[in-house]
Amino acid sequence: MEIKTPLYDCHIEAGGKIVPFAGYLLPVQYKSGVIAEHMAVRKAAGLFDVSHMGEVIIRGKDALDNIQMLVTNDCGRMIDGQVRYSPMCNGEGGVIDDLLIYRIDSEEYLIVVNASNRHKDVHWMKSHLQGDAELVDISDETALVALQGPLAESILSKLADASKLPKKYYKFKYNVDVAGTSCMVSKTGYTGEEGYEICCKNEDAVRLWELLLKAGKDDGLIPCGLGARDTLRLEAGMPLYGHEMDEEVSPIEAGLGFAVKLKKENFIGKKGIIDRGTPTRTRVGLKITGRGIARENCPVFYNDKEIGRTTSGTHSPYLGYPIAMALVDVNVSSVHTELEVDVRGRRIAAEIVELPFYKR
Amino acid sequence: MSKEFLFTKTHEWVQFLDDTTARIGISDYAQSELGDLVFINLPEEGDEVIVGESFADVESVKAVSNVYSPVTGTVKSINKNLLDQPELVNMDAMDAWFVEVEGISDKGDLLSEEEYKKLIAE
Repeated sequence: MEIKTPLYDCHIEAGGKIVPFAGYLLPVQYKSGVIAEHMAVRKAAGLFDVSHMGEVIIRGKDALDNIQMLVTNDCGRMIDGQVRYSPMCNGEGGVIDDLLIYRIDSEEYLIVVNASNRHKDVHWMKSHLQGDAELVDISDETALVALQGPLAESILSKLADASKLPKKYYKFKYNVDVAGTSCMVSKTGYTGEEGYEICCKNEDAVRLWELLLKAGKDDGLIPCGLGARDTLRLEAGMPLYGHEMDEEVSPIEAGLGFAVKLKKENFIGKKGIIDRGTPTRTRVGLKITGRGIARENCPVFYNDKEIGRTTSGTHSPYLGYPIAMALVDVNVSSVHTELEVDVRGRRIAAEIVELPFYKR
Repeated sequence: MSKEFLFTKTHEWVQFLDDTTARIGISDYAQSELGDLVFINLPEEGDEVIVGESFADVESVKAVSNVYSPVTGTVKSINKNLLDQPELVNMDAMDAWFVEVEGISDKGDLLSEEEYKKLIAE
């Protein structure tokens, strides 16, 4: 049985095409369609319901020590109001999930996890907690919306005191008054554009959603579904759990080495990652130059030899041609390498290109 | 000869130009369910198509779907415009034919427009 987010009725009213996703009923697109929604975010602004994401609080005197043990990135020098991205690994160095860690204060952290991994993550984190630290899963009481696009700041400033909003990427403000509602506002996102993620209580979500849409109407703000969320993150070269990484893939292989701090004293998965040695495969971006669209799990060939598989792929609405990400042999991973991808039995030409595909 | 449209349960349309020649496309309902089309893979002229078997595929941003032939015959011509402008199907699905088939020797269970409307209303 799928769960409805607090914004479900808003999606129906706006003509959202509802699909089950990670146990939630969410719109894959609205009336305007994936391409128009995608382009709204690139050119103006889009509003996403991401209430399915899980939110977990870890608090206590030993909160930081526990987080340091759980994640691969180093959270030791974070300051209040800072956000950090990190994979969380199992003992073998495979990725359990990728997370955002928000430092509220030195003894309280908010962690945002993927909806599909929420229960697994909570179980894993709880079973590894030590000392003075408690974990509270607040996902069911919490709504999250993402306002993304070049006009996001001017739209949000109509409802909130601009001086109270976070200014820099990966910073957040707790307790911001957005049109009379207390929200946590972070300058984060999953689209490759400027924008905010706004966290509030379930009961405030509908009002906030409607006020945001109204405030941005003249600027071209439209609601956007999961379809555009996926094409936007793909253009931005951002990995998605279950595609670019999973419990078998190490964060290094997934191209997330920047968030793995082997110099950190210890963390779960450190030994596993070191024991794996030099990675034999790596994540690359592909531009499909032949006719067709490579989706996930298509075999990739170099000179007739299978060298890996695609992990995600789509038609890029902004670039106007198909793109994909793939996990391939490191020896055949340099930019401009010409490859072939097997799309349902048909080999089509592709070329390795730099990630991200799109940069604002 | 009437130029009426007949439909399959799998949401293709077929319009017979004479007893053994017809054009095939996908229904307006199908295009709206698929969403923005970004790629269409068509057969080549001279290819055989067979009742109930896939002869083309359409890709939306999100997914790929097969298009099944309502008839058995030989591809006489393809609508090359769709190769570069798949969005033509979204704009007017009943005008955006995929292939013209000749030498039709068999056809599947086809629905009238009225019957098809009932089917998609269910």
